[in-house]
Amino acid sequence: MTAVLEIEGLQKSYRSRRRGTRNALDGFDMRVEAGQVHGFLGPNGSGKTTTLRTLLGLIRPDGGRMRLLGHEVPADLSAVAGQVGAIVESPQFFPHFTARDTLSLLATAGQVRSTRIDEVLELVGLRDRSRERVKTYSLGMKQRLAVASALLKEPRLLILDEPANGLDPGGIREMRTLVRNLAEAGTTVLLSSHILAEIQLICDSVTIISLGRRVAFGPVEKVLATHSAGTVRVRLEVVADLPAASEALTRAGFRVTREPDHLLLAGVEQAAMVTRLLAGQGLYVSELVWVEADLESVFLELTATAPAPGQSRQVDQSARPTPVGQGSTGGWGA
Amino acid sequence: MSLYRAELRRLVLRRLTRWATVLGLAVLATVAVGVFLSNQKIDDAAWAKAEVAAEQDWQQQVRQTEEFRAECEQAAAQGDQSDRFPPDCSHISPPPPDAFPAEQYLPSTFEFRASFGQTLTAVGAILALVGFVVGSSFVGAEWNTGGMMTMLLWRPKRVTVLLTKLAALLTGLLALAVTTMLLWFGSFWLIATTRGSTEGMTAGAWQSFALTGLRGTVLALVAAALGFGLASLGRHTAMALGGAVGVTVVGQFGLGVLLSLTGAKFIGAWMLPTYVQAWVEKEVVLRDFQVCRVSPYGCEPETLTLTWQHSSGLLVAGLVLVLGGACWAMRRRDIS
Ligand SMILES: Nc1ncnc2c1ncn2[C@@H]1O[C@H](COP(=O)(O)OP(=O)(O)OP(=O)(O)O)[C@@H](O)[C@H]1O
Ligand SMILES: [Mg+2]
Repeated sequence: MTAVLEIEGLQKSYRSRRRGTRNALDGFDMRVEAGQVHGFLGPNGSGKTTTLRTLLGLIRPDGGRMRLLGHEVPADLSAVAGQVGAIVESPQFFPHFTARDTLSLLATAGQVRSTRIDEVLELVGLRDRSRERVKTYSLGMKQRLAVASALLKEPRLLILDEPANGLDPGGIREMRTLVRNLAEAGTTVLLSSHILAEIQLICDSVTIISLGRRVAFGPVEKVLATHSAGTVRVRLEVVADLPAASEALTRAGFRVTREPDHLLLAGVEQAAMVTRLLAGQGLYVSELVWVEADLESVFLELTATAPAPGQSRQVDQSARPTPVGQGSTGGWGA
Repeated sequence: MSLYRAELRRLVLRRLTRWATVLGLAVLATVAVGVFLSNQKIDDAAWAKAEVAAEQDWQQQVRQTEEFRAECEQAAAQGDQSDRFPPDCSHISPPPPDAFPAEQYLPSTFEFRASFGQTLTAVGAILALVGFVVGSSFVGAEWNTGGMMTMLLWRPKRVTVLLTKLAALLTGLLALAVTTMLLWFGSFWLIATTRGSTEGMTAGAWQSFALTGLRGTVLALVAAALGFGLASLGRHTAMALGGAVGVTVVGQFGLGVLLSLTGAKFIGAWMLPTYVQAWVEKEVVLRDFQVCRVSPYGCEPETLTLTWQHSSGLLVAGLVLVLGGACWAMRRRDIS
């Protein structure tokens, strides 16, 4: 398979005189195959937008290699810019222009035929409101306009940073269909989102990033299979015993996620170890099952961002993967 | 080229461009109408009226003098010693008739050759103001609404995008300035023919006015480019406007105070408006009255002549600095 997007060892630090350096990207790798819908996941502040901005030449990387559609970027960006449609974190438009004027200015600048404007307006459902000023649009309507602007170029690669932001349920479903249709027509789509159920529904493969490094990647089923192995759900006879059980298991080295009426344990090799440990503390298990985790649990597990009761997690408080030779499959691609 | 066309269209679509243009033209139109209403043509009737008015004033003066001398003589006869009157009443004599020339009683009239040059300075200044505001908001608003980022996703060559935008701005402004200048020449020629005179307009005089108009236009373009560069550097319209106001008011005022405290010569030579004036009016002569050169006519102040060549050096330096900085920042800085 050919890669449409390749990133290798990408580095980016933001420097500020007062707060020192912040490594937003710390040797990040990524690969997206042609024709796929690829999900780009990560907690807030993990570096998704920074990656996309760097890729699109908006910010200057401090190190690493990037290729888009076979061209080295940012050096060769002009050669591919016409084939890459992108929205980066709810783009803003000049508020006093109408949607139609906005799109038509972009179309003129990018030498896109003007009939395409009506096509994309129709596609994102703004046909009847296109002669109103962007200032008067709702959040979701602005988001639709952003998607329209990205589609205007009939791109080979479509990059959408949180496209579902502000869309209504119908809009989200339409977005899902739109992305699917584009993929069937041969467009590669890179999609960053926090709505993991959505990602699980439409993506062929994913990359998960935490604190500027890749923690997992590959086809969705494979990521799920690899990382949900060893996950068990534990219920106790007495629900009130859950905190004590959670504490004991954590001390024994299990990764515990507490739910209201049960516990989720990750990294379990033998279920008997759990029952034995708990029985030793006078805590009796009423149910213990191996579970196939969904993307959300895998994400929370991998990034270590599951909420813990009684404490509020701060941003940047997530898993810090080791830079090289990480536990997952490793190397390019999947 | 397609980018240039898009930017030109964006410039025309902007509300601020339209408003600033309308406002600038309205101010200029008001000036023209004011000049038209406050001037009159001098014909024989006007001369006759002026002569009558001069004669009347002179006669009244003569009458008053006579009365005063009469009072003086009366007082002398009564042995008044007060100094209300001069000691010798025959010194009180009426003014000669040519102290009341009829020219002074003529209504004001517009002489094209003498007065049109100054009005060109006003046009240049207003066009420059419009240029600065439109120029800074044209790129400043793009920066603070994120439009610049969207454009760069389409055209990644940053400096090209910036300079194309500037080129579109300057084209638009040039069109406006040329139209305004032509209208201005036309309407003042009309004012001069109906409310004054167009005498003495030699080819040389025309050439001089045309060059002044040209320099006014160039001033407007430079102001627009400076506003554009400053707003792009600060990535905000308010930055350019605030910066310009800050520099001119605080900097110039402070400098003026400082220089006058140290007793420096030719404070005007440190003031930016002097150079703008010198640019449009070809030269400005500064006088320093602290130092006198003795001459048969009394005290002659030392002078310093600033020419448009001096100003052009300053304008070019400013342009290079601001636009160079803007291009450099455009290449280097992250966009987020
Ligand atoms: N302009 C900037 N200056 C300084 N630090 C920045 C800047 N932009 C981003 N960062 C930092 O870089 C890190 C990565 O930010 P980024 O926007 O890429 O996160 P993200 O993954 O897109 O998060 P989210 O899910 O919230 O959109 C964060 O810690 C952020 O604070
Ligand atoms: Mg983001």
